Amino acid sequence: MAQMNLLQAINNALDIAMAEDDSTLCFGEDVGHFGGVFRATSGLQEKYGKNRCFNTPLVEQGIIGFANGLAAQGSRPIAEIQFADYIFPAFDQIVNESAKFRYRSGNEFNVGRLTIRTPYGGGIAGGLYHSQSPEAYFAHTPGLKVVVPRNPYQAKGLLLASIRDDNPVVFFEPKRLYRASIGEVPEEDYQLPLGKAEVTQQGNDISLLAWGAQMEIIDKAAEMAQADGISCEIIDLRTILPWDVETVANSVRKTGRLLISHEAPITAGFAGEIAAQIQSECFLSLESPIARVCGVDTPYPLALEKEHMADHLKVYEAIKASVNY
Amino acid sequence: MSTEIYNEGPVVHEPAFIDGHSVEIPTLKILNQDGDVYPGAAMPEIDEALALRTYKALAFHRVLDERMIAAQRQGRISFYMAALGEEATSVGAAAALKDTDMFMGQYREQGALIFRGFALEDFMNQMFSNEKDLGKGRQMPIHYGSNALNYMTISSPLGTQIPQAAGYAYGQKLQGKDEVTICFFGEGAASEGDFHAGLNMAAVHEAPCIFFCRNNGYAISTPADEQFRGNGIASRGVGYGIKTIRIDGNDILAVIKAVQWARAYALENSAPVIIEAMSYRLGAHSTSDDPSGYRTKEEEAKWHEHDPISRMKNWMLKQNWWSEEQETALFDKLREEVLAAVKVAEKIDKPPVEDLVTDVYDTVPTHLQKQLEQLKTHIKKYPDAYPFTAGRIK
Ligand SMILES: Cc1ncc(C[n+]2csc(CCOP(=O)(O)OP(=O)(O)O)c2C)c(N)n1
Repeated sequence: MAQMNLLQAINNALDIAMAEDDSTLCFGEDVGHFGGVFRATSGLQEKYGKNRCFNTPLVEQGIIGFANGLAAQGSRPIAEIQFADYIFPAFDQIVNESAKFRYRSGNEFNVGRLTIRTPYGGGIAGGLYHSQSPEAYFAHTPGLKVVVPRNPYQAKGLLLASIRDDNPVVFFEPKRLYRASIGEVPEEDYQLPLGKAEVTQQGNDISLLAWGAQMEIIDKAAEMAQADGISCEIIDLRTILPWDVETVANSVRKTGRLLISHEAPITAGFAGEIAAQIQSECFLSLESPIARVCGVDTPYPLALEKEHMADHLKVYEAIKASVNY
Repeated sequence: MSTEIYNEGPVVHEPAFIDGHSVEIPTLKILNQDGDVYPGAAMPEIDEALALRTYKALAFHRVLDERMIAAQRQGRISFYMAALGEEATSVGAAAALKDTDMFMGQYREQGALIFRGFALEDFMNQMFSNEKDLGKGRQMPIHYGSNALNYMTISSPLGTQIPQAAGYAYGQKLQGKDEVTICFFGEGAASEGDFHAGLNMAAVHEAPCIFFCRNNGYAISTPADEQFRGNGIASRGVGYGIKTIRIDGNDILAVIKAVQWARAYALENSAPVIIEAMSYRLGAHSTSDDPSGYRTKEEEAKWHEHDPISRMKNWMLKQNWWSEEQETALFDKLREEVLAAVKVAEKIDKPPVEDLVTDVYDTVPTHLQKQLEQLKTHIKKYPDAYPFTAGRIK
């Protein structure tokens, strides 16, 4: 085991993936010699050469279109979009092309080998365009997998699974935790399953569900609730699409309550989908309405970031309200 | 309407290819580094008053950048982006335009706002995202905007302003205004799909729009030769059927000349123009960047010798429009003013919590009013956790 931060864990996963398969490529804006603006691809160009790890021109639709072509050809592209906020110029290539390649061709062609990595999320004083959490847009798109790790160990195992998965995967990396989250990470190869949520803490009174950087926040709220004698079960969804209904439903059947928290605005956020599905699965077990603690329905602000965020205090208040319903 | 839009060239009976570099593009230079005008050079229209206003804007820009980089290092602001070595592009363009022409920037064009008289306090309020910021503290530092000064508020996603500029200019034309739109972008942003979309729209719809590419050699760490092939950005203009010129971006007289010409041409002919200004980004991309990871000090040093501000100063001295005493006095005064303004701006309150939900729509819809009320109740319960807004909730 080694101590790694989230960036190092990602770098390590990319290194393993490139070493095992010559057709694996890493590219994106500033990804080459510089190692990406966050340095997730540091050292890869030196190790694997300019043909396999390189800077692209500054054009997101080009990066993903190029990656789609490579994946259709049989290579294994890992494309970086510098910030999730800038994934939208590539939206057409991802939503209309990556996601539908296999379906429209009757599997004559597919881009299953494609992985798109991108840093997402707020809490870094990034304002409107360096803070967004756009997972819900992609979760509405059949044909994609959407994955969000919460710490270095998860990041490495989930990224390796995403790269090797035979479907296009959008892998959102919580940039607030890039350097802040440090933990034990095995140096050898391992994978964590896609489509599987993880119960990170057992509890009886309420199930708390989140993903990515928001896990820290619900952990903190659960600790506060614990002091009030409320026992929280905590679940990390890990994969947004397809999501693990069974693990969440089993937990809710046990606790009778569910709170979902994400950073993105509440309206049409992924929490809404989860709430609807769990309501139909667990209607007779529910003892209070399913609670959502999410971002305010505004673009992500700079000065009023704290107010906008679904922080631990807001989650804590909602836990109490749910338990006392 | 016609489909006969191809000029018939010579007919050949063996394949004749045109390569990317075969289009030779001349570079306009008027002023040399010593401040002498090249013999026979076509001077822009510039008198002593305009020259002074322009030079003072350059000086202000240099001081602002130096002081704000220092302020960022001291932790007083979160982020800054300087235009060191490229100031002549935005300042020169603004000097060549009318103040009523629309200016759409990428983010490194504070120079135009300075030239148009954006107050020092306004710069500071934006950078400190306090309640007096015209943008209400929503965007990162340097994302300025001013309706009064016809300077479109900056948006971070690159290239998005390029097709917008074409549309804005088309609207100006339809309404019979004696105005153009100028649109700035970097050579990196010129790779975006929006660049190609914008140029084509402007060309086909005959928009009086000046596309101004600041080619400073780098997009963060990516050098120009990993950004595009062919003869720069100018060669793309030719492909879209747009009048194109390449200039020395560190030569303010060349900038003014080209933009004055482009403005007149765009208005008279209802047509776009593209200007590629060759320059160099002397500093880091932003305060979050360290260029020592991707280029050498020697490379940077070469470009220090082409400093556009000292070039203009040398010319001003030779015109007897400026003196060393004035120079020292101006820079001293500017440094003092900027320091004092920092101290004022950092003490001004952050925006009130109500500003979170305004301007999402023209009026605040019910669901947002409700979210605001819930938020206020919550903040009142935990005032220490929201120090900027708690004390001001009624
Ligand atoms: C659509 C989009 N992709 C990526 C970024 C991140 N980014 C900000 S500035 C920049 C480099 C821009 O280079 P260039 O256009 O050459 O302008 P310069 O910074 O050199 O003035 C990048 C990649 C962004 N802001 N928007």
